[in-house]
Amino acid sequence: MSNKRVVITGLGVVSPVGLGIDETFDALVEKQCGVRRIESFDPSKFASQIGGEVRDLKVNNFVFKKYRKSVKVMARDIELAVAAAYLAVKDGGLNTKCIVDRDEADAVNIDSTRFGANIGAGLICADLNELAGALSTAVDNPEAPIDRAFSLGKWGEKMSNLTPLWLLKFLPNMLACHVTIVHDCQAPSNTITCGEASSHLAIGEAFRTIKRGAADVCICGGAESKMNPMGLMRPILNNRVVTDYNDRPEQACRPFDEKRSGSVISEGGGLLILEEYEHAKARGANIYGEVLGFGASANASHWRDVQSDGRALQIAARKAVADAGVSFDDIDLINPAGLGLPKEDAAEAAAIHGVFGKKATETPVLCTKGALGNNGAGSGAIDLAVTLKAMQRGVCPPSLNTESLSDDCQLNVVRKDPIDLRADLALSFAGALSGGQTGALVLRRSVS
Amino acid sequence: MNRRVVITGIGWITPLGHDIETAWGNILAGNSGVAPTTIFDAKTFPTTFSAEVKDFDLKKFLNDNEFEDHRNVSRQAGFALAAAKMAWKNSGLESLTDLDKSMVGIYLGGGEGPLDFTSFAQAAIDGWDYEGNDLDSTRWAEVAAKVLSPVKELEQDPNMAASHIGHCFGLEGPNFNTLTACAASTQAIGEATHMIRYGDADIMISGGCHSMIHPLGVTGFNLLTALSNRNDSPTTASRPFDRTRDGFVLGEGAGMLILEELEHAQKRGATILAEIVGYGSTADAFRITDIHEDARGGIAAMRMAIEDAGVDLKAIDYISAHGTSTAENDKIETKAIRGVFGDHAPNVPVSSVKSMMGHLIAAAGACELITCILAIRDQVLPPTVNYENPDPLCDLDYVPNEKRPANVKTCLSNSFGFGGQNDTLVIRAFEG
Repeated sequence: MSNKRVVITGLGVVSPVGLGIDETFDALVEKQCGVRRIESFDPSKFASQIGGEVRDLKVNNFVFKKYRKSVKVMARDIELAVAAAYLAVKDGGLNTKCIVDRDEADAVNIDSTRFGANIGAGLICADLNELAGALSTAVDNPEAPIDRAFSLGKWGEKMSNLTPLWLLKFLPNMLACHVTIVHDCQAPSNTITCGEASSHLAIGEAFRTIKRGAADVCICGGAESKMNPMGLMRPILNNRVVTDYNDRPEQACRPFDEKRSGSVISEGGGLLILEEYEHAKARGANIYGEVLGFGASANASHWRDVQSDGRALQIAARKAVADAGVSFDDIDLINPAGLGLPKEDAAEAAAIHGVFGKKATETPVLCTKGALGNNGAGSGAIDLAVTLKAMQRGVCPPSLNTESLSDDCQLNVVRKDPIDLRADLALSFAGALSGGQTGALVLRRSVS
Repeated sequence: MNRRVVITGIGWITPLGHDIETAWGNILAGNSGVAPTTIFDAKTFPTTFSAEVKDFDLKKFLNDNEFEDHRNVSRQAGFALAAAKMAWKNSGLESLTDLDKSMVGIYLGGGEGPLDFTSFAQAAIDGWDYEGNDLDSTRWAEVAAKVLSPVKELEQDPNMAASHIGHCFGLEGPNFNTLTACAASTQAIGEATHMIRYGDADIMISGGCHSMIHPLGVTGFNLLTALSNRNDSPTTASRPFDRTRDGFVLGEGAGMLILEELEHAQKRGATILAEIVGYGSTADAFRITDIHEDARGGIAAMRMAIEDAGVDLKAIDYISAHGTSTAENDKIETKAIRGVFGDHAPNVPVSSVKSMMGHLIAAAGACELITCILAIRDQVLPPTVNYENPDPLCDLDYVPNEKRPANVKTCLSNSFGFGGQNDTLVIRAFEG
């Protein structure tokens, strides 16, 4: 068994409250809320009209000059990943091809053939404006004032109204492909598509990849945007989003609160630099912490039902803690998904009680979704970055809108105000809302 | 201490058959699964044919309760469930009652479920502001909320096939889905192998499933001009390595394997079909549209897999090529094989079963690995059919048109995906 150790040396975060981990973390500590009325399209006829948008993201600022022509084929999800990747390598002091091409460093300081990527992605929504524009010409009765009927036969002839590279904007692996091209990562590269669990599973796999010696460094995490009409419609159809807070968006997402009624869609990306310890030490990298353990499981009860005891979360957490060689008594910070959904939050609380026993009501719990909403595949990595930053700074940001804990969520959720935190070991987990895939990670603040 | 990983079960649903022997028999006979598309009316599309799974009936693979549970699966998740059932049965695990289900996991390269295109398109048209030439999202919202189905939307998520299988078998081990385009199921099997090696699981159901034979899927590939347009002769359209090749033929299906830790398999007296000895995975990091001209990533993936296997180059008896029948892939894959094998390359038989099955996209690698297992079992190499016109840029032994008896012990299988994803597996006959 490999005794290689894996540390975290860079954090890249793009969230509705900031670009970069520091901006995001500061905003969370200052209780800023990224959930607002949607501006990127008119949401007025949707049951839910709010979300966490990343505003003023200019992807050109995050690539090298010659690559700017390629941004035309980037769906929003890809832009978020590319921005988070740049922020992560900069934060990690990695002078990749992109950084050198941008004249921000003289020479590449990483072996590309030992640099991998493992990026969680969602089901990328087609740009509805673009696709609807092309589809609008494929009708049987173009002269009809209303009730034009779609014609598949016409579509066969009119599809060329779309750009030739149209498909490549929406393949989930394009997040990793663009990131690997921009930063020249030639080692193993994977794309995990498991909803809200994607980031944890991708980071867990990157952890294993470095441990087995297939790479020295992996850029890993996830990104997703649900901020488009289709991304909003899908969770509305499945009753997953808050619909009764359209006039008070900043109060809508309420993790573990007795008045919680659903999640809020958002967009964002989180990418972490995982690095083999000796490699990091040799280049004098700043080390945020260490990945100690990883565990994965799945909800086998039913892919659409919540396990009220959070069984899969418990299995994943137990595996991660065992893999880390620690015990639940050693964990001093917990980071659940805390989406603000009635059943899912209760299941997470039950899982925490199940594995922590008496300590469940004492150990501080860090939640970000009240401020950030749920972007899906990228949420977990943002949470992990915030968790690491909280341990490093010794401050835990409060969970926005967690005012009065519900009876089925009796946890020590850090709420109302930030607290001083003295934490060395954190457990973070997440499960896919659709499908039940589950991942858990144990992180240590420093390297001992 | 080193945990070895063996294959103890296989199952597939392919355009050439819904059971192991039928499809394998068709492959050895050189039969084509390609025909005019019937899933939707494609007659005005640039490409009017595909390799469809015909007459698939999920009921034949599930009991009544299971069928009721899974009746809303999308097309490719249905294939996946059927193939997983087949593989599970093939492995003999069915009869085992004391399995620790938290040590049995799933790692799929599962595609996204087909979009409900007709409803989607009608909502888009109803929501389109023809005067303002823009989408009216308010109008769209009203229509979409009525015509889109909550279940169909949810079942599109690419992880759903793995979720259905997990539920059907009650599996609580690691559950992953990767979607690295055409490399996905090869990557899934490689990563699943590592999960068992590490100790994350004792058994993994691994493979892939995909169906992109729907209007938007064909649209995407036609726009990229990646598909063959040989509409007047579908059965000869997929012609890997032939000079007149003009694109791939879209197929669909699922391939599933039961991967098992060696001692676990031996203890229960399982039939071992082959051992997974090597896995390599790289990124081209070049362009999203083109493969690296020097086959940099493909070469690196094959080398990594061969090194992981710890075998000599000359031990590789057969290469199951990615061999898509596109001008670029076949040329550069040939270059990659030459890059790795050097002067020995012409001595290594290489074939592409895509010439008969079409390109199963995310499911391709798993189904192709199954053909390697069967090649080892039957000591015969599947052919590359439709090979008529040698291409000076493709100058290897492609096992043209006829199956070939051969000593087959060690096989290498390549999968290369859009965007420069390269994955290679090496399997070997199990010899204790």
